[in-house]
Amino acid sequence: MSSTLLRTQDLTARFGGHVAVDGVSCAFAAGALTAIIGPNGAGKTTYFDLISGQVNASTGRVFLGGRDISRMPVAARARAGIGRAFQLTNLFPNLSVMENLRLVAQSKSKRRACIWSMASRHRTLIEAAEQALEQVQLKDQRFQKISELSHGDQRKLEVAMLMTLDPLVYMFDEPTAGMSMDEAPVVLDLIAALKQRRDRTILLVEHKMDVIRALADRIIVLNNGCLAADGAPAEVMESDIVQEAYIGRGLEGALNEL
Amino acid sequence: MIRALLSDDLPRSRVLTLVLLGIVLCLALAPFLFPGVRTVDTAARICIFIVLVASYDLLIGFTGIVSFAHTMFFGFGAYGVAFGLIHLDRSFWAMGLGAAGGALTAACVAIVIGLFSLRVRAIFFAMITLAVASAVAVLFSQLSSITGGEDGLTFKLPRVLGPAFKFGTETLDGRLFGVRLNGKLLAYYLVFFSAVLLFLGLLRLVNSPFGRVLKAIRENEFRAEAIGYPVIQYRVAASCISAITAACAGALYAIWLRYVGPETTLSMEIMINVLLMVVIGGMGTLYGAIVGAAVFVLAQNYLRNLMGAAATLMQDIPILPQFLSADRWLLWLGVLFVLSVYFFPSGVVGRLRRS
Ligand SMILES: Nc1ncnc2c1ncn2[C@@H]1O[C@H](COP(=O)(O)OP(=O)(O)OP(=O)(O)O)[C@@H](O)[C@H]1O
Ligand SMILES: [Mg+2]
Repeated sequence: MSSTLLRTQDLTARFGGHVAVDGVSCAFAAGALTAIIGPNGAGKTTYFDLISGQVNASTGRVFLGGRDISRMPVAARARAGIGRAFQLTNLFPNLSVMENLRLVAQSKSKRRACIWSMASRHRTLIEAAEQALEQVQLKDQRFQKISELSHGDQRKLEVAMLMTLDPLVYMFDEPTAGMSMDEAPVVLDLIAALKQRRDRTILLVEHKMDVIRALADRIIVLNNGCLAADGAPAEVMESDIVQEAYIGRGLEGALNEL
Repeated sequence: MIRALLSDDLPRSRVLTLVLLGIVLCLALAPFLFPGVRTVDTAARICIFIVLVASYDLLIGFTGIVSFAHTMFFGFGAYGVAFGLIHLDRSFWAMGLGAAGGALTAACVAIVIGLFSLRVRAIFFAMITLAVASAVAVLFSQLSSITGGEDGLTFKLPRVLGPAFKFGTETLDGRLFGVRLNGKLLAYYLVFFSAVLLFLGLLRLVNSPFGRVLKAIRENEFRAEAIGYPVIQYRVAASCISAITAACAGALYAIWLRYVGPETTLSMEIMINVLLMVVIGGMGTLYGAIVGAAVFVLAQNYLRNLMGAAATLMQDIPILPQFLSADRWLLWLGVLFVLSVYFFPSGVVGRLRRS
């Protein structure tokens, strides 16, 4: 059993009277991929928001490698090792594909805030961006503006941004949603390859059951903000709560897609 | 070499390159090409406003912050030089110290304003800067014993920069291409080369890793934060650097005019002019500052004459001369502005770069 990398303790997000995430305590080990499932509005995205700091916890804490990061601002958490690909694509719209990735690479560099050197001459950052472009097969679009990119390519770039950041905790929020059948495997293969990195942990919100079956080492189920089930994939899939609250709906969804 | 000077940020348009080269050459050789008190004065003002407008562009165009306190920082630099030369002595040392003091004050005030208000929404920052700038302008015109009040302060520059200082009298007979070699000429070149340095410095800044982050923040501050850039710190730093540069421009202005007053350095009118210049030239390009300042200062100084001449020419035609009368120059400046925004919404530079 490898060590715990990320842990949330009694984590709660309250919006007015509405409790979006309700006292979730959970630990995530290095080297594992945990799928997070649950119906729409269950609080999956908000749970990510709490971990990466976009939403401040009403109560509860987040620990990264034993360190309490609950009071840290978003940027500090990102630098400490919390990284995230967003459910709704969230890029720099008027910059090029290349520049989007270069900025991520720069954020990890020592001279990220250097004011007297030329950004165009930091070769290593450009190379890091190139490498990420290659990974998601966007090399040909590198000089295009984000706003000129197809939706599927924007989703790929969203993933590439996270890959370039290379955090300790990878959080994917429905990475393949809106991608075509031939685009999704590129991203899924990347995530699968990522699992080989034993010192990272991956959290994946996903609706597609076949993806979860292929990738997940463990599944947690959120329902109405509460942790409803947690365990090995086979176990959780069989549990009543999933059968009722989720699989039924998932099947229906799958049928609708056909 | 040129690429390094321009920080790999070339004009990227042949027409724009020519326009910029033309303006810079005219400014570099102004005392020789257009000898005359008024023309050289116009050239010096263009140099100074290029720096002021470029430093404002760093805020509004690159970082996406709207500030109305830019002339306040301009004023700090100008008054700094005046205080240095009046209260210390009439030396370069005192002049530099005064300018540095002004720049330091500007930096501190910018940091304080930024930390208090950049956390909140951008509109709040705009309002705070407006309030602080107005308060400072009133303060400076009330504290007559220190600032000379509405009348401002006149002072003497180091001898070397005064018109009475002559050089090259033996070797060149005191003239070069017919232009008198005196302190005023030196003062012009002090202004010109300082402006060049400051502009190239800003150009380097916006093309540095730091500058790229500013652009990212302008585009999507939420994501910039999520990939590890503390947005507030970057904004405060940018507004601080912008304030320092504005103070330097103010110092140059004071040196050139040998005078400071609330009207010439602190007024809202200058703030609005700077805004217009940024918009005419093109936001977020920096080169726009050169075009914007040149067009605007020239129009401000010569539109009146031009229109007066036009009115005389058309004396016999009814109504038209009244429209062209020199007193209507402000109206025409307005018309020019509206037209330029209509035809070049992304500024002259934005337009030239696209085509
Ligand atoms: N900033 C907010 N203010 C108020 N309510 C919010 C806010 N963010 C989320 N919510 C609410 O919290 C609940 C959980 O939302 P969340 O986006 O986390 O669900 P989700 O599990 O990610 O759903 P989906 O599968 O649709 O992505 C929803 O009812 C949502 O309306
Ligand atoms: Mg969601």
